[in-house]
Amino acid sequence: MSTTATPVGSVDEAPEPSRRRGRRRLAHGAEAASHRSPAMTVAGYVGMLLVVLVVAVPLFWIVVTSLKHRQDIYVQPAQWLPDPATTNNYHDVTTRIPFLRYLRNSVIITVVLSLTKIVLGVLSAYALSLLRFPGRGVVFVVVIAALMVPNQITVISNYALVAQLGWRNTFQGIIIPLAGVAFGTFLMRNQFLSLPTEIIEAARLDGAGPLKLLWRVVLPMSWPTLVAFSLITVVNEWNEYLWPFLMSDDERTAPLPVGLTLLQNNDGVTNWGPVMAGTVLAMLPVLVLFLVLQRQMIKGLTAGAVKS
Amino acid sequence: MQSTTSGTGLAVGERSGPPEPVGPPPRRSSGRTWEWSLAGLLLAPNLILLIVFTYRPLLDNIRLSFTDWNISAPVANPVGFSNYIEWFGREDTRKVLSNTLIFTVATVGISMGLGLALAMLLDQRLRGRNIVRSVVFAPFVISGAAVGVAFQFVFDPSFGLVRDLLTRIGVAVPDFYQRPGWALFMVTFTYIWKTLGYSFVIYLAALQGRRADLDEAAEIDGASPWAHFRKVLLPQLRPTTFFLSITVLLSSVQVFDIINVMTRGGPVGNGTMTLVYQVYRETFVNLRAGYGATVATVMFLILLVVTIVQVRVMDRPQT
Repeated sequence: MSTTATPVGSVDEAPEPSRRRGRRRLAHGAEAASHRSPAMTVAGYVGMLLVVLVVAVPLFWIVVTSLKHRQDIYVQPAQWLPDPATTNNYHDVTTRIPFLRYLRNSVIITVVLSLTKIVLGVLSAYALSLLRFPGRGVVFVVVIAALMVPNQITVISNYALVAQLGWRNTFQGIIIPLAGVAFGTFLMRNQFLSLPTEIIEAARLDGAGPLKLLWRVVLPMSWPTLVAFSLITVVNEWNEYLWPFLMSDDERTAPLPVGLTLLQNNDGVTNWGPVMAGTVLAMLPVLVLFLVLQRQMIKGLTAGAVKS
Repeated sequence: MQSTTSGTGLAVGERSGPPEPVGPPPRRSSGRTWEWSLAGLLLAPNLILLIVFTYRPLLDNIRLSFTDWNISAPVANPVGFSNYIEWFGREDTRKVLSNTLIFTVATVGISMGLGLALAMLLDQRLRGRNIVRSVVFAPFVISGAAVGVAFQFVFDPSFGLVRDLLTRIGVAVPDFYQRPGWALFMVTFTYIWKTLGYSFVIYLAALQGRRADLDEAAEIDGASPWAHFRKVLLPQLRPTTFFLSITVLLSSVQVFDIINVMTRGGPVGNGTMTLVYQVYRETFVNLRAGYGATVATVMFLILLVVTIVQVRVMDRPQT
């Protein structure tokens, strides 16, 4: 358990240019000491090549398809490059279905839900780590145990409740039932507990009230974890499927993944072009976010491994 | 620093004593009740949400499983154990259980095994290693629905990528849409494709944080690569393996989006029907919420037992 704290750190340290040279030399020394044969190196490159092909070729395939004319999709053997390329499918998918509505819904749901979860997670974690009150351990267990309850088991009863409130096809109906935070509370609590006691005590002695302590001392020292928590939340909420799927009948509240299902129901197998264009557009925002912030994102998505 | 929770009454008494002229700042002496109420205030919204939307439905689900409720009716009549008797006696239950088992074991086993193998291969100074890490991890952040739609086309028996590749090497293409076994293969492959990066990245991180001196000692002892792997590497990776086995299993048992998008539990009725999908199908398509709640309860119990067994097995001290 203690050893896993370092690896997550090392994940995001690798690409820092300033320290890279020194690290590389050091690491090289360490690896030279361990057994390492040319065969392993070759196997490593072969493995790398294979796995990149397996991941990239399907993605390449759907992008290429999204750029083909309809008649070029339904041919055998398949064309591996669009000839000629066209953006008709993208035009089609953004005009024929309310694609921008789905996109807007996705943005609304993701932004509101993520902000709520981040605030609630930080406040809960703060109370559970730096405030003293009776029953703290029990409350912590209640929060954490929620991780063990799959969403799929709670949907039946929640559906009935939300439908009764008349909240189907509303944003509050999608957002509120998903807003409880278990994992983020756990992550931020561990972070807050890892802060040096002396600094927090010093701030308290200086007369900092609890909220000032959180805002001025605790949060500024916890940025990397907070960023990681925020990113993983944004990705998860952007990809949320089952609950919005049950709550939304149409483009009033359906987010992109659900909109994609509606599009697929209409066109599906018979008209792959626009469906693939829609798929590419649905994948793009989160992939771009990942490419830009991958270090922090990997840290967030793997952070649970720190304490197992 | 947080361990002084005992004897709170005494502490309050001490602090509320006569105020000293140059004592600690007033906030500290204003008593514990203030701290308690603040904690309550900060925790209340999250706790209420978790109780109302996680714990309440978990219990309500059990109640519903003993009724004949259909999701839209105002009343639900108690039916005793008849939903459970029906579930255990029904023909399709075996198929659903075996689908769930095959899908879960294959996805957990293959993604963890491949993830570890790949992590070991890449735990060397290779050019382009970081790029490969990003590429392999990227599918993990894409929505399952989008991946499902994409791979439905990849596996299209007439015009898909798989058909094209197999035809080029002269292999006949199975009908992934119509043959239940191949449909199950298709969703399993798709899910592994999406989640492999997670196990890989976590294993790679664990490998890079391991103790080099143990590797050196094993080398000096002249341990064979296999012995080195079994006796030195695997024991060090144990906490990681434990963590992954629980998280990967929990998420793969819950897969809904990929199946909903690719097969809807079909073909031939229940070719790729898993427990989670059966909960959805019975509750929201067949409008038998009582029966759906029964399946959900059974699923929760199975998950609970599996997790307890995992914790027991992994907690056992090693020899």
